[in-house]
Amino acid sequence: MTSFLLSLTIWIPILGAFAVFATGNDRKLARMMALAVALIGFAVTLPLYLGFDVSQAGMQFVEQRAWIPRFNIDYFLGVDGISMLFILLNSFITIIVVIAGWEVIEDKVAQYMGAFLIMSGLMNGIFCALDAVLFYVFFEASLIPMYIIIGVWGGPNRVYAAFKFFLYTLLGSLLMLIALIYLFLASGGSFNLLDWHQLKLELAPQILLFIAFLVAFAVKVPMWPVHTWLPDAHVEAPTGGSVVLAAIMLKLGAYGFLRFSLPIAPDASHTLAPMMIALSLIAVIYIGFVALVQADMKKLIAYSSISHMGFVTLGFFIFNQLGVEGALVQMISHGFVSAAMFLCVGVMYDRMHSRQIADYGGVVNNMPKFAGFFVLFAMANSGLPATSGFVGEFMVALGAIKFNFWIGFLAATTLVLGAAYTLWMIKRVVYGVVANPHVAELTDINGREFVVLGLLALCVLAMGVYPYPFTDVMHASVDNLLKHVAVSKL
Amino acid sequence: MLNNFVTPDLFPVIPEIFLLTMACVILLVDAFIGNGKRWITSFLTLLTLIGCALITYLTMDGQVVLTFSNMFVDDLLADFLKLMLYLSMIVVVIYSRDWLAARQLDKGEYYLLVLFATLGMMVMISAAHFLSIYLGLELMSLSLYALVALDRDSPKATEAAMKYFILGALASGLLLYGMSMVYGATGTLEIGGVAQALHLGVANKTVLVFGLVFIVSGIAFKLGAVPFHMWVPDVYQGAPTPITLLIASAPKLAAFAMALRMLVYGLFELAEHWQQMLLILAVLSIALGNLAAIAQTNIKRMLAYSTISHMGFMLLGLMSGTVGADRHFALNAYSSAMYYSVAYVLMSAGAFGVILLLSRAGYDAEHLEDFKGLNQRSPWFAAVMLAIMFSMAGVPFFVGFFAKFSVLLAAVDAGHIAVAVFAVMFSLIGAFYYLRVVKLMYFDAPVDAAPIVASPDMRFLLSLNGAAVALFGIFPDALMSLCTYALLRSL
Repeated sequence: MTSFLLSLTIWIPILGAFAVFATGNDRKLARMMALAVALIGFAVTLPLYLGFDVSQAGMQFVEQRAWIPRFNIDYFLGVDGISMLFILLNSFITIIVVIAGWEVIEDKVAQYMGAFLIMSGLMNGIFCALDAVLFYVFFEASLIPMYIIIGVWGGPNRVYAAFKFFLYTLLGSLLMLIALIYLFLASGGSFNLLDWHQLKLELAPQILLFIAFLVAFAVKVPMWPVHTWLPDAHVEAPTGGSVVLAAIMLKLGAYGFLRFSLPIAPDASHTLAPMMIALSLIAVIYIGFVALVQADMKKLIAYSSISHMGFVTLGFFIFNQLGVEGALVQMISHGFVSAAMFLCVGVMYDRMHSRQIADYGGVVNNMPKFAGFFVLFAMANSGLPATSGFVGEFMVALGAIKFNFWIGFLAATTLVLGAAYTLWMIKRVVYGVVANPHVAELTDINGREFVVLGLLALCVLAMGVYPYPFTDVMHASVDNLLKHVAVSKL
Repeated sequence: MLNNFVTPDLFPVIPEIFLLTMACVILLVDAFIGNGKRWITSFLTLLTLIGCALITYLTMDGQVVLTFSNMFVDDLLADFLKLMLYLSMIVVVIYSRDWLAARQLDKGEYYLLVLFATLGMMVMISAAHFLSIYLGLELMSLSLYALVALDRDSPKATEAAMKYFILGALASGLLLYGMSMVYGATGTLEIGGVAQALHLGVANKTVLVFGLVFIVSGIAFKLGAVPFHMWVPDVYQGAPTPITLLIASAPKLAAFAMALRMLVYGLFELAEHWQQMLLILAVLSIALGNLAAIAQTNIKRMLAYSTISHMGFMLLGLMSGTVGADRHFALNAYSSAMYYSVAYVLMSAGAFGVILLLSRAGYDAEHLEDFKGLNQRSPWFAAVMLAIMFSMAGVPFFVGFFAKFSVLLAAVDAGHIAVAVFAVMFSLIGAFYYLRVVKLMYFDAPVDAAPIVASPDMRFLLSLNGAAVALFGIFPDALMSLCTYALLRSL
């Protein structure tokens, strides 16, 4: 039976966005409408979780119809345990973003909300596309709204950041396009990802394909050394843009590894695993040190994101269940935590118009509720047990130690580094004496901000205390993936 | 002698006859109406084009019919391209009306020259003989030269017209010289006859390849491919904007048809030679077009360089047919090139349409700066331009992506992976200047706060044009299949 659920998750936000555009200059109506669309968009993703069969490793909620018959391109959607949670996460974050931008955005409200809704729909499309061209189309189209968001509502250096973001990511995806075309011809005329997973390939083409995919996904993750666009994009983007960028967009790259690189080129993945592990460890350790010295809070969190994503790629390329599942948990957890961290910075920025750590100090005195949330998320970011941040990092570290003690040891330094840069920032911003008269005038968070941060705090704690509902869903699919990757295609 | 005269089958030529008759009628009508009633001429011109479209559509039967002693062919390919041609000419006439009226340039000559240029392109599209190709080409080119100089008091336009004329005449000369070589080697100028002579192997290959070089040069000139591109930026910039719109749209379809008829239908046996030439032209055009466009501050000039790179892509598709195989195997390659041309015309018409929309009496919006803050002045038309720019950059979901996609697929299929990688890397560079236009429209504050005035039909058509760029990107199959089908039934 064909299910339309996945189509709904994609097209409700996109079509809803056009309804929001149509409101024109009526800001209030635009906000209400955007919220309604985001809520409906999230509501239609819930049956995905509730109706998901955890014992099945294959694709569920499959929908397939011909799109471009000339090239055998199908409108082919489906989710498995790996991708399903990201659709929920994405739709959830969309609600958060809409509420977070409620009063903050005064200029072109309808366009702002519409751009986020379109992006949300496109990213859902990326997570459930099972046809390579469909995937690519969503993957690249999602650059357009982000480019506009950074460029229109961003900070002073927004133009530079927007161009860098767009061109960097386009560079990667264009090479992937050639790889997709190559695979189409090699597979005898199919763009079906599931067919490609079974396709036999020699080692040399596998390595070239792996590299082409690597360029596309490494830019997106981002992995060292192609990470330089991210701090710029984060610093200049409006709060909502940073939230989506960190919570969802970075996950697209990591998801791509699981959907393309590993199953299509398993032998190349094994051959190049040492390189991938090395790049991941550099991201974890070196970028961790870089984060330590940042003076700008958003930049610090941006580098912390890169470091955490290094942990994710490390988890993938140690090829064991703990590693991959831990990485997936880490991705979801990071989706909540980084979103919350950026929102916290946004809350302060809206009041002080500064992101410099040096401009703050003693925030707790005037904003006790806010400080509570901020400290909680900071703890989650540094991987404190009972928060979601701990679960993923612990699983990956454990998996890495099983794989090789020294790799695990190096990876585990993130627990020290992460705590160091996050808590040091907290110490300087939240605690201490009130640094200057501006800080003394700060007002605590209002009801809207409380709801946003409260929702995220709930997620962070729930996932930290009881991660089973998350790992349970992905178990069968990850198991299947690892078995598939273990078999040589040569 | 009269006894030997056979009346040619006129049925396939009805659209051309209708257009010519109507052009004569309009010429007379226009002479008798005053300057204030130019809308009658314009209306009749539109009616003529719509009439042609109806005739072509209704007489379309998918058969290959040759007439006029095998000089003229009516096949599905010709019908399809002609329909696209009428459509783009209708768009040109509607887009340009306000602009011309505001500058007292909407003279009767404009409409007549447009019709004659259309006739020339129709002959080019339907040519089955080297001479009829030349005939159509000259009719089109001479009309265009005159159109570029329409604003005769403008030194820039006159200079552009002179440049266009001199270089165009040179290219026509090259083409004609190449044709004479082909005639010398094969003893015929019929495209089918040439193909047959080549197939039988009776022709002298050295002479033929020598002639081929000249023919390819002529085609490259008309398309504006590097290194025969020098005229493109100057003419695009110097010509009145509606004429630039005209030059940048329909003639590309005609030039594509000309290239297809001569190279694929006629000289297919020499494919290994012309494919190499086209490869060099394509690679150079993609590289130079994209690089030079970055440095431009005039949007017409920028679009000129962008055209050069687009033509490079189109040639890349055209040269990717498989050598040594039956023509049918190369179908994908040719249809990708055709699809690219159609998509390009759609995007180019829209882009120049927006430029015309922003212009008003005494003011041409031809600098990039004029696009600043368009989003605040008119969100809808900013969105239209956004769609067109991303489409030209090859970003989905817009028609330009699937055009590039099918060309790249054909190129990789023909074994040119390195060239494909090269082409996408230069599209990355090209993305920069399209993004810059979007940046100006969305990120910057407007410098020109004047409201945008345009007639409702232009607004409607431009909106439709933008919607088509998006819709053909979301549902690309229909147009793609149409291109393939038309080619399949005509090869």
